[in-house]
Amino acid sequence: MKKLMVAATLGGLMMAGGLAQAADYQIDKQGQHASVNFKISHLGYSWIYGRFNDFDGTFSWDASKPEASSVNVTLSTASVDTNHAERDKHIRSADFLNVEEHGTATFASTGIEMTGENTAKVTGDLTLNGVTKPVVLDARFIGEGDDPWGGYRAGFDATTTLKLADFGITYNLGPASETVDLIITVEGIRQ
Amino acid sequence: MQWRNSKDRFGWLATSLHWVMSVMVVGLAAVGLWMTSLNYYSPWYTSAPFWHKSVGLVFAALLLVRLLWRWLSPAPAALPTHSRVERMAAGTAQWLMYAAMLIIVISGYLISTAKGSGVSLFGWFDVPALISGLPEQADRAGAVHYWLALGLLGLAGLHALGALKHHLIDKDNTLRRMLGMRLRNSTENGK
Repeated sequence: MKKLMVAATLGGLMMAGGLAQAADYQIDKQGQHASVNFKISHLGYSWIYGRFNDFDGTFSWDASKPEASSVNVTLSTASVDTNHAERDKHIRSADFLNVEEHGTATFASTGIEMTGENTAKVTGDLTLNGVTKPVVLDARFIGEGDDPWGGYRAGFDATTTLKLADFGITYNLGPASETVDLIITVEGIRQ
Repeated sequence: MQWRNSKDRFGWLATSLHWVMSVMVVGLAAVGLWMTSLNYYSPWYTSAPFWHKSVGLVFAALLLVRLLWRWLSPAPAALPTHSRVERMAAGTAQWLMYAAMLIIVISGYLISTAKGSGVSLFGWFDVPALISGLPEQADRAGAVHYWLALGLLGLAGLHALGALKHHLIDKDNTLRRMLGMRLRNSTENGK
């Protein structure tokens, strides 16, 4: 019941903002208004930030029925970029992402549970390094509306923490570096 | 022993370059294979690549001197006792080794400079990156570097076996004239 009210409130808010129906969105890859970033501890002393430069995806979004939304993203693991040629080469090797064997990672949502006015838990299947596991993203709706160029956009961000060993990545980076945080933001153009 | 090559033997510049670089080839290859197998917590994890790259840069400089010297001071003629097949095989192996060495140093440089970083020479200064950002530069250059290094070791092995065959079985001057030793049955210097 509470969930329903939240959804209704969210829907109402969006209506007030001049919103529309459920629609399919294409992630704005050309305009680079989307990024898949990660951070991992270095020895427990600092963070390494990296990103995947090459990914694409779609989502459907209906502010009046956010639970019915869905998202699908495909990412090229070889596009990993931590601004360090030799480290990136190592990350692409079989010690980590094994991009020769597993060139793509995918995320496909399976369910969305609203947790606040514009926050949700997005459950989905993440395939990484050839291993598929359910993960939960803490997602946030940021905003939507007309853009200045005749299109219509909606955007979100999301975070989650992955245990590397869950995805068969067992290279020993030390106890502080067994998990990696994903920090994702996407903006989609309504199709 | 003169510094230039004569028609009978190599001078000391050519022999020094040959032996110093042969030791460096084996050392660089051994360190290269070893350092890429080190785990993250090895004390050598960062220092071994540093030394490998610095010594590799010295090797590249010596290689340029060597190729220049090969051109300025031609090698002595093949021994008349060597068959046509032996001469062709030896000559082919030598030029393949020169080509391999050249491509190995270039590809090694391209791994490190793939993201625009320079290569440190013993911490004194950085050799700047000239070419970076080629598609999959670090991975492709890395594969070339690895396989050509193995190929060079194989060629060097054949080359050494050939020299030993001439020295131990044919008992000719092939190896002696590269070692600066007194030549057998020589008319050199009136002997």
